[in-house]
Amino acid sequence: MTLALHAGFVTCAWLALAAAAFPLTRSPRGSEVFYALAALVSAVGAASAVFVAIGTLPQTLSLPIGLPGLGTRLRLDALSTVFAVIVNGAACITSLYAIGYGREEPEPLRVLPAYALFLLGMNLVLIADDAFSFLVAWEFMSLSSWVLVVVRHRDAESRSAGLLYLMMAALGTVALLFAFGVLAGSEGAYTFDAVRGRTLTPVAAGIALLLVLIGTGSKSGLVPLHAWLPPAHAAAPSHVSALMSGVMTKVAVYGFVRIVFDLLGPPVWWWSMLVLALGGATCVLGVLYALMQHDLKRLLAYHTVENIGIIYIGLGLALGFEAYGMNWAAALALTAALFHVFNHCTFKSLLFLGAGAVQTSTGERDMERLGGLIHRMPRTAFLFLVGCVAISALPPLNGFVSEWLTFQAILLSPDIPNWGLKFLVPAVGAILALSAALAAACFVKAFGVSFLGRPRSPAAERAHETDPFSIAAMGLFALLCALAGIFPGIVIDLLSPAVSLLTGNRMPVQSALPWLAIVPIAESRSSYNGLLFFLFIAFTASLAALAIHRFASDKLRRGPAWDCGYPDPSPATQYTASSFAQPIRRVFGTLVFRARETVEMPAPGDMGAARMHLELRDLIWDYLYAPVAALVSFTADALNPLQFQTIRRYLGLVFLALVSLLLVLALWP
Amino acid sequence: MAVIRQITLEVAQLLLVLALAPLFTGYVRKVKARLLRRRGPPVWQPYLDLARLLRKEVVLAENASWLFRAVPYLVFAATWVAAALVPTFVSGLASGRVADLIAIVALITSTRFFLALAGLDVGTSFGGIGSSREMMFATLAEPAMIMIVFTLALTAGSTQLSTIAEVFAGPGVGLRVSLGLALVALVLVAIAENSRVPVDNPATHLELTMVHEAMILEYSGRHLALIELAAALKLLLYVSLIACVFAPWGIAPAGAGPLAFATGVLLYGVKAAVIGFLLAFFETSIAKMRVFRVPEFLGVALMLGFLGTLLLFVTRSL
Repeated sequence: MTLALHAGFVTCAWLALAAAAFPLTRSPRGSEVFYALAALVSAVGAASAVFVAIGTLPQTLSLPIGLPGLGTRLRLDALSTVFAVIVNGAACITSLYAIGYGREEPEPLRVLPAYALFLLGMNLVLIADDAFSFLVAWEFMSLSSWVLVVVRHRDAESRSAGLLYLMMAALGTVALLFAFGVLAGSEGAYTFDAVRGRTLTPVAAGIALLLVLIGTGSKSGLVPLHAWLPPAHAAAPSHVSALMSGVMTKVAVYGFVRIVFDLLGPPVWWWSMLVLALGGATCVLGVLYALMQHDLKRLLAYHTVENIGIIYIGLGLALGFEAYGMNWAAALALTAALFHVFNHCTFKSLLFLGAGAVQTSTGERDMERLGGLIHRMPRTAFLFLVGCVAISALPPLNGFVSEWLTFQAILLSPDIPNWGLKFLVPAVGAILALSAALAAACFVKAFGVSFLGRPRSPAAERAHETDPFSIAAMGLFALLCALAGIFPGIVIDLLSPAVSLLTGNRMPVQSALPWLAIVPIAESRSSYNGLLFFLFIAFTASLAALAIHRFASDKLRRGPAWDCGYPDPSPATQYTASSFAQPIRRVFGTLVFRARETVEMPAPGDMGAARMHLELRDLIWDYLYAPVAALVSFTADALNPLQFQTIRRYLGLVFLALVSLLLVLALWP
Repeated sequence: MAVIRQITLEVAQLLLVLALAPLFTGYVRKVKARLLRRRGPPVWQPYLDLARLLRKEVVLAENASWLFRAVPYLVFAATWVAAALVPTFVSGLASGRVADLIAIVALITSTRFFLALAGLDVGTSFGGIGSSREMMFATLAEPAMIMIVFTLALTAGSTQLSTIAEVFAGPGVGLRVSLGLALVALVLVAIAENSRVPVDNPATHLELTMVHEAMILEYSGRHLALIELAAALKLLLYVSLIACVFAPWGIAPAGAGPLAFATGVLLYGVKAAVIGFLLAFFETSIAKMRVFRVPEFLGVALMLGFLGTLLLFVTRSL
């Protein structure tokens, strides 16, 4: 199998599928056929990437299409393979879900072609080997996902989400364009191979790093460039949300890793500090924002921001280790980051698919109007719970393993001989631990309010279980969460070619260890064994159950809830999403959101209800986005008169512009 | 032969903590009562309570789901495993390599995660208030705990609890500022994690003062017995943790003889008795604080843990 076959297959199949969407949507079961084919194409895409990778890597391919005289270069190496498998695997399961979910789509023609093109775009980003094709593929991915965000274009919220996304995507691509410009330098090194051959001055490399952070960070939702992500991910249809959150943000991470670890040359210490600081801020702000949400999909989308923070913390650590030649530690940190890339893809996709199932079944995304779904959607509830446990980094599922590896990497960092990092890394470690705890609270809230308790609206009362395709898809993701958590050594070994490609070192081989344990450095230092851990708990739990049922009373009576003697039948007396988060809001929100609560009590003797107002401010929006928007509209207003001039003045303006440009040229040193 | 020995010791440790946990809770209650000049229930009262709960039928709320019924078993199993992973009288067991200190902390987190879900399951306001406040405490207690783990791990060069215990028992460590900070932080976290005064009151059913008890209010019968036993195990876990890290004397290596094991068990009992007395003394000398004062209490723990870690990042010798 060669790269040509892989690239050819992926491109032709997705383009053909995008075209086939037009006739298919005319038939009533067309979207099912489409998604079944999409699942097949992504499965073959993942398999072909693996088959290419079994041969010699990296494989390159030069095509005479694209820019005249330059052509297009493609390349598949270990890193691309890892991401290609993640992207296509997740796309396959998501398409399986969409076989059932897509039936509800009122306007399938708005979704299907863009869906195929979106997947094509992501696949091409991974194998692009020159600046031009990388940017084209990147834009392809951005624009097709934009089309998917504005599917519900009659909804004003969707439209504004789409507009914001489009602007942020444009900003990101412009930043990447300039980044490649800096990388290319005066020699015009436009292929990645040529870029690798160049040595950049420290200043140029620094500027390129900043531009790459803006370009890929805005796509993956790095604070403060995250503002577009929650509305856009929430507005898209749920299987697309799953792909955008679970997969597209990972392609952005790929872009960062590819450029910074592969193309930019040896890192400098302050890169690591910058990435760590941004990652830490992203982590804690993302989860705090998520806790304040009561829209299920927005909550999940904000939580994606947190997970991106965790990934960037891993990447930042790897950069720091590499800057001081500690490649073995860099390998550990990078493995942790890539492991988290995989993990986040599995559980976030699972959770978005679950949210989609809830939305189809009840028509609601607002958690304040859900509740009690565990009784009416038992399978979805169970699978959603698996996702919640995994994302809260609880053992023995996969979220815990990547977090554990990141902690192990942090514990290696006192050896870094840099005072800035010595102070920053423990702070980042504290932030990571804090966000893990906040994430657990966040998902107790998400699951507890939506699935447990009593139904808060008639829609939640009438909910019904979702279709078998959706269940199967969620089940596959849940299975991946469990398998990667119980057999983490296998995942680490699968990631090691990519890690050794980038850091020149790798973690010890894990699958040879007895009982499938994982040992990052040495056994006396730290080890974790997901399998035995799982068996240990399963054994004691069944022992307890057995003993209880053998020796204790097995009588059981159903009765009304106790609630200290005064149960209230109204579901409105339950804790809601916002009341659940209220203590955390009081602890953290006064600082981060300037949260203010005001209670209006009726006058004594007045029987009217008391009212509580809650004010939360998004400081990043208020102090970063709002001023920029105000500046843009002010400038536009100021320049507006230029639009209505006489022809003489226009000619005068043109002349003026010409003279000033010539002056600049003449004065340029 | 070595495998059988390991498994025997493992089972012995599992049974030891299970048998001792209610006794320890009863002991603390007794000391508290005596300090208040009450006679107090006998120290074995918790066993009688558990036996009574096990004999009683379960009254389950009408809309309780399967999760509500599964949680007690999960919570009990996870706490039991976590408590048995902390070396009490023997160190260097193979199970120590299954899960290190970070995994033990995560295991405690998962018990809290599931209990909080169970609190929300029936859909009562008390369950909600308990869950929400417990999770709020956890958001500060857990990072504080991780910071303590970092301090210990950086000093010992390992996150394995038995290695930490061995290193700390050895001559190389001595008195250190960072370990002092970690000890104070660990005590604060342990008090909060076990819902003791001044954070919460394990003995109350007064509506507005309870957090943990509000969360498990709907449980009865065998389910409640499991949860109570898990709570006792968790208290003992923190006692073992403090004893194993800060008083690691007398813990026998896995290859030692029966005499060393007997001394180990005996010394463990003495350590637990001392710590239990101090806990009771502390609890009787302080009043419960308002819920929103607790974050400050735990914030202190987090800061101390963080300072300990920072000191070790700056220099290995503090």
